[in-house]
Formats: sequence, C-alpha cells, structure tokens
Amino acid sequence: MTLEELDERGAEERARQEGFKTRVLTCTAAGCTSCGAQKVVEQFRKSVEDRGLTKEVEVVETGCMGLCGEGPLVQILSDETRYSRVDPEAAKRIVDEHLVGGSMVREHRIDPDMPFYARQVRVVLQNCGRIDAEKIEGAIAVGGYTALAKVLTEMKPEEVVEEVRKSGLRGRGGAGYPTGLKWAIVRKAQGEQKFAVCNADEGDPGAFMDRSVLEGDPHRVLEGMAIAGYATGASQGYIYIRAEYPLAIDRLRTAIKQAERLGLLGNRILESSFSFRVDLRIGAGAFVCGEETALMRSILGRRGRPRPRPPYPSEKGLWGMPTLINNVETYANIAPIILRGSAWFASMGTPKSTGTKVFALAGKIRNTGLIEVPMGVPLRQIIDEIGGGTTEGTTFKAAQTGGPSGGCIPAGHLDLPVDYESLQSVGSIMGSGGMIVMDSTSNMVDVAKFFMEFSVDESCGKCVPCRVGTKQIALLLEKLRAKKATIDDLALLEELCVMVKETSLCGLGQSAPNPVLSTLRFFRQEYTDLLKPKLVFEPSDGVA
Amino acid sequence: MATSAKPRVATVWLGGCSGCHMSLLDLDERLIELADRMELVFSPIADVKEYPANVDVALVEGAVSSEEHEHMARLIRTRSRCVVSFGDCATTGNVTALRNRFSVNDLMKRSYVELAPGGPAMPSTVISPLADTARPLHEVIPVDAFLHGCPPTAEEIWFAVDALLQGRIPELPNVYLRYG
Amino acid sequence: MAVITFSINGEPVSGRQDESILEIARQHNIRIPTLCHLDGLSDVGACRLCLVEVEGTAKLFPACSTFPSENMVVRTDTDRLRRYRRTIVELLASEGNHQCAVCVVNNHCELQNLAYQVGLEHVRVQYLFPRKDLDASHRDYIIDRNRCVLCTRCVRVCHEVEGAHVWDIANRGINCEIIADMHQPWGTSDSCTSCGKCVLVCPVGALIEKGATVAEMEKHRAFLPYIMTARTKHEWIARAIEED
Repeated sequence: MTLEELDERGAEERARQEGFKTRVLTCTAAGCTSCGAQKVVEQFRKSVEDRGLTKEVEVVETGCMGLCGEGPLVQILSDETRYSRVDPEAAKRIVDEHLVGGSMVREHRIDPDMPFYARQVRVVLQNCGRIDAEKIEGAIAVGGYTALAKVLTEMKPEEVVEEVRKSGLRGRGGAGYPTGLKWAIVRKAQGEQKFAVCNADEGDPGAFMDRSVLEGDPHRVLEGMAIAGYATGASQGYIYIRAEYPLAIDRLRTAIKQAERLGLLGNRILESSFSFRVDLRIGAGAFVCGEETALMRSILGRRGRPRPRPPYPSEKGLWGMPTLINNVETYANIAPIILRGSAWFASMGTPKSTGTKVFALAGKIRNTGLIEVPMGVPLRQIIDEIGGGTTEGTTFKAAQTGGPSGGCIPAGHLDLPVDYESLQSVGSIMGSGGMIVMDSTSNMVDVAKFFMEFSVDESCGKCVPCRVGTKQIALLLEKLRAKKATIDDLALLEELCVMVKETSLCGLGQSAPNPVLSTLRFFRQEYTDLLKPKLVFEPSDGVA
Repeated sequence: MATSAKPRVATVWLGGCSGCHMSLLDLDERLIELADRMELVFSPIADVKEYPANVDVALVEGAVSSEEHEHMARLIRTRSRCVVSFGDCATTGNVTALRNRFSVNDLMKRSYVELAPGGPAMPSTVISPLADTARPLHEVIPVDAFLHGCPPTAEEIWFAVDALLQGRIPELPNVYLRYG
Repeated sequence: MAVITFSINGEPVSGRQDESILEIARQHNIRIPTLCHLDGLSDVGACRLCLVEVEGTAKLFPACSTFPSENMVVRTDTDRLRRYRRTIVELLASEGNHQCAVCVVNNHCELQNLAYQVGLEHVRVQYLFPRKDLDASHRDYIIDRNRCVLCTRCVRVCHEVEGAHVWDIANRGINCEIIADMHQPWGTSDSCTSCGKCVLVCPVGALIEKGATVAEMEKHRAFLPYIMTARTKHEWIARAIEED
C-alpha cells in the first residue's frame, strides 16, 4: 500500500459510512460486554432488519465510551444521542421510537450537558467508542496510520525523536520519564538489532486505561509503536499484554493481521525501506512483569524477576540489545503529536506535565468509568464535576492514585493540580491512571491493608525486603486491625515501611509501602485509635 | 532473707527443657555470692506457689506454648520491674517452636496416644491446652533484656545477673551473642 | 581496562572499571556484609545486605553489582546502612525455621554469623514458622526448605558451573521455594549429577549432607573460584583461596 492508497482507502470508508442515515454504536469492550452488550447488539441487528432499515442504519460494535458504571452504553451517531443501561428491550425501543419514530427514549438517555463529557479532553481516547475496533478501515477513515505515513515520507528519524522530545510527553506508565529522551538514548545505543516493546501489563487494582485503549483503538497503539521503531531504529516490536485481557488480545491480534495485510506493518511499510514487525507476548498473571526488567525476562521465556538497573533496557535489553519500553498510553499519544505538532501537545497541561491523562475512576463515586483530562486539572474537577461526587449521603474522604505503588490524597488537597510533581509532593504518584475514590465510610487502615496484601501476593520474592518485609508489614496491619498492636508495633510498622522503600530491588518493593505511609501521613488518628495499651509493670499488682 | 533492700528475683520455667536453669546452676561457687546479693522469691527450685508482687528481676526460660504460659507471662510482666528472656527458647522459640509445623491435635495424638507406652490416653483437663504455636516471650509481653544460647553459658548469665542486681539492663558484649 | 579512582568511607581507592564496588572494597580490606554473593557465581543483588550509599543520590546501590565511576564517593558503614542490614537479617531470621540449636551447620552458618555481625539481639517482627517440605529423597543429600534463605546460590551454581540446572524457584513472594526439575522429589531428578556443589555453596542448613548431626557440617566453598578461574582464564590458582 502506498500513501495515496491509504488516503483512498480512508475516503472510501468515509463514503461508505456516510451512505447510512445513521450508525448505532454499542460499546462491546469488557465492561459493557460483562453487563450484556452482546445481546443488545443482537437486538439492534434484529430490530433494524425487522424494520427494514439495513440500508439506512449500520449497527457497529465499538470500544469504551467512558461511563462504564452505566453500561451497556449506546450512541446514535446522527444526533450524538447517548443511551445508558441499554438492555434488549431498550434497544428495541430505541429503534422503534428514536430511529423510526424520531423521539428519544428518555428513560435511558444520558444528559448531553453532563459535565462528565463536557469537562473531558479526548486525545488518546479520541476514537475510542467511535470506531469499529475490529476493522482497520474504521481506523483509517479517521486518519489512522497517516502519522506513520508522514514520518516515513517527510521526516528523518532524528526529527521524529526531536518532535516527541519537544512535545514534553512523559511516560504514562507511572514514572513519568521523558519519552523523547528515552527514544534518543535508544536511537544512539549500538546494537545489531533494536526492539520496541509496549508494556500492556496493566495490573493496578481498579485500573483499566490500557485495556480500554487496546480494546477501543488498537491501531493507534500499533501506529505509535511503528513510529517509535522508525525513530529509534527498532525493527521488531513486542506487546507484552496480560492474559487476563482476552478481548484486548483478540482485537490486537486482528489489528496486527489487518495492518500486515495492508502493508502498514511488516516488511517495507507503505513501500518504504522501513520494516517493523509486531508480535504479542502474553503474560501469565504476575504483576511484577509490569516492571521493565522482569517484563523483558518474561518475553525471553524466563521467570519474571527484576534485576538491578543499570544497565537500563535502552542500553541492554532483550537479548542484550537496546530496547525501548513504553506504556500503551504513551504510544497512543504519538500519532496526534506527529500530526498536530509538538507545540499543540505542549499547549495542553502544565509546563512540566504536558498533554492529557487517562484515568480509570473507581470506588465510591457516582460516575465510574474511563476519563481523559488535561494534565494539571484540579482533583476537585475530576471528583466533583466529572465524577459527579461521591454517592448519596456520604462525603469525599480521599482518592488513591497509583494503585499499590501510590498514595491517597485527602479532602484537604482537593485543589491539587493533577500532574506528576504535585502528586509526588503529597506522597502519591501519578501512576498509570487508576483513581480509586474513598468516602466517609471507608476505613483507611483497611485500604492500606488491602494494597499491602496485594503487594505481598505480587512480590516476586527475589529480594529480602520486599519478600519478607511486605509480609511483615501486612501482619502488623492485621495485628492493628485486631486491636492487638501497641505503640511499639506502630513504630516498627513505620520503620519497616521506610526500610522496604529504600532497600528493595525494584519499583514494586520500593513503592509497596506508599499506601501505608500515605494513610499514616493523612489519617494517623485511624491508626492510633486501634492501638491497645502496652502491658507494663504495676507495683500494686498482686499486692494483698 | 528478710532484708528487703536485696533485689527480689524470680526465675520462671515456661516451654523449655530447663537447660537454662541447669546452666544457672553451673554458676557453681558463684551461687553462694548470688544468694547473698538477692532474694529468690519465685523459681522452679523454690517452693512458691504463686508469682509474687513487686519482683525486681524475672528470668524467664522457655517459649510461650500454652494458655497457662500466656497467662503466666502477663502476670510476670505486670508484677516485675525487669523481664529477661532467658535463653534461645524464650528469645526465638527455638526447639520448643519445632512443633509449630504440626497441628496441636496431631501433636497430642502422636505424643499421648501413638507413642505412649501402655495406657495411651489424651491428657485430661488438668494440663493447660497448647496454643496453636509456641512463640518467643517478647511476642506476648514487652521484654527488657535477652540472654542467648541453648543454653546460655554460665559466664553470660553471671555477666547479666551481675548487672541486673546493680539495677542496670545488661549491655552484653557481642561475644555472648551466640544462638544455638 | 581503565582504572577508576574513587573513595570508600573517605579512603581513596582504585580498581578496574569492570570490578564491582564490592570487589574493590575487599581488595582494600573494607568489609561489606553479603549473603547472595559468592565468588565464582554471577551476582543477582537479591539479599540487599551489600547496599552502599553513593554521594549525590538518595538511592542505595548493591555493591556486588554496581560498578564505580571516577570520583564516586561511596559509604559502606553509615548508621542508616547498619540499621537496614540488621533489619534484613531480622527479616530473614523471621522467615524460616532457623533453630540453630538443632542445625547441622550450627557454628558454621553464614546467617548465624551475619546475626552476630549486625548485633541481632532479638527479632522484633513475628516469626513466620513456615511449614514447607523437607526432601530427603536424594541418596546423599537433604533439602530443608524451612531453612532456605532463597539466596539462589544453589540455582546459580547448578546452572552456571555444573551446567545441570536442576534447581529453580517455584511460586512467588513469601511462598517462593527452591524446587528440583519439574517440582519433583530430588531423588527422582534425572538432571542431577549428585555433584554436591549446591550443598557446599548453601550458606545455611537448607542443603546438607546425610549422616551429619548438629554442628557437624562445615562447608568449603574455595573450590568455586578455582574452577571458574581455570575455566574462564585457563589459569590454575596455585595459592589457597581464603574462605569467606
């Protein structure tokens, strides 16, 4: 395929879509599928056929539309009406009353002015929930692979690196390392072969950003990887994705096949001299494999255990060769940066944290789901406006970001801008984008205990502080919950937390104590309330 | 022994083999000096039924292995100024804790039924029920000092007791830090 | 190979670029405690005992697998490091069933020596008292997983030196354990050559010879650098190598 053919293919698809009077989109990503979206799609197909509308109405399955707690979600493209909690019965009514009768089904209609939508800025999720994720034409129709075509025809690899550097994009996996810098290091590194890896081993409890992107717009990620390959000199890509994401794996497999068939991946992409293959590697369920050195060992078929860095993967990675490792969302940001320019990207967010960030809102909040906001928006806006606040009769207590590696942000910091540095300044981290909201009914010691037990389960067991230290911290928290701990135990708990943080081998252990340290910092009273008095010598005891 | 100025000392035998007490007796002629410097108010080698009030120094041998031990440990703590873990079993659980890998039920059956020579029977209620696991003393009550070894040497005991009788917590030189 | 000059605990030292901070420290008679490291095996940086401070960064670095750079300022014996080392030994002691009094390697045990070195007077965290399997199915040796410190020396010596790769690790985190072949009784392992290297490199009483009783077994590890020097440099070391 050539650039012209790519454009043609896009125009054809757009014309085909415009041939319909309307298109009915149903989210069949994991969230909506789990509450019956497949039956809804079947009903739409049946009703459309029964009404003889097959030439006028196209029924499409898409990725995540965002308001996951209200699924299954449906959107009518002609007038942008959104419907929530759609069951087959509602689907039938939507066809009968809305598509045929011309009046909306009020009971299921989502308020179009709802701040949930109005406050979001969708860059990564631009096509998510709007295109058919299983047809490459759908992606091409909205500009898919044109950024790849642009770099292959108009840009030198170093210019691509420079453009990414100027955009200020930072790693969306959590640590926030400048992406352009990483690309430049891999580009400069010497090696017979180089690799570009996509880390899709998303494992934080309550986090589903990467899954949603892969289910909703897999081509965006593949395109980003190919551009990275071109920029860094990598010819082979791997997507390391957890086995718990079967739908994302299916859609990625389909996407890779389709892209290869059209010559958008594989040998001589778009008839240039650039070749780039992408293969999937399926994780077997270990959280630690999201750590890059463990991830690489897992790709090599070995036990997923981290090793000390340096050497960094960008110097010595897969098979000892320079290896670029970026997160799903990071790759998904590349195409828009190339197409719309680094200046446009850098104009969003804050000077040090540019662009947008996808968050998975979960917990005690009204609007559970997937959102995307510019970096630096106040937490209050996410919780109160987009999230709709906490559930009836409760008040906001804290938000946990960064999962088991992060910390909580209490109500007193609601005006904190959500960017890498600000979150760090209050003892949490940006993390990959999980945001769990706690309300006045949540017990913070329980929260800390939950995350610590997660880390105990997920520790690989290689280094002593993480293997035994996290276990001992969890035991101390259990003792506390049982009201059997004394002030000495609390001191030991804090001491162990700092020790595990400073001495563990990899990021998992180094950040595992954060949920405890952070709840201790903001909710110490909840800990001390559980203490029991220490047994001491009483001169009068036993005196007759 | 009525002079109340002498420190009141107790030695207690919890879940251990009494080897630590044997080692105490290994002080030999120093026992005479010791007898002069303290009042032994409770001990397996003294016929006292109840743990008394207002003890200055308590040397506790053995792990906490039964409900009775746990009760005793608490009593020791509230009635003693200074509690010392006396030997490896009190300090680490040691040999007493070897049984922790078995369930109490299996253990009792093995000891009192399968291996009992003649008249095998589970013990009656007069024996305190075993705790699920034998644990070091300081996991149950706060402990002020630790003596090591299985058993501690007479020298280590002498060094520690000498300091304790002078009202000091012994700062044992590293040479006495010997497990096993 | 370039020579690097830097300082350890204020003392100027020098070493080759490919020598770890640990190696150079030892050449200068500066002792850094270790457990997973063993001369002749690759380093994994797992026990974290050899962590050192490097001026200019808050991060701690494992001396066994960190290489010096010019003018680096390294500290090996600060209060913080001493505290952390004590806690590491404390955590190890709590993890297994380390009853020295009834152990074959009593008085010849690296963990025991470390406990003395760091002044481990008592263990403040809960003892976990594991109930892991003991395997005595091998003709000559026994593995007691309750005494294992998971240093992986046995895994590495079997893979790197003997070339048999009998041992590996099963499970995760606190449930990790060393297993033979496909998690089968050691005695049924086809790959085991019964060379006994794993037993000799084991720092504790987890891998032991049959027939030895309490405090009877002493392990000699000097054979390893002999073998590895001969193999990699084709040189026979004439002088005896000190035991660590």
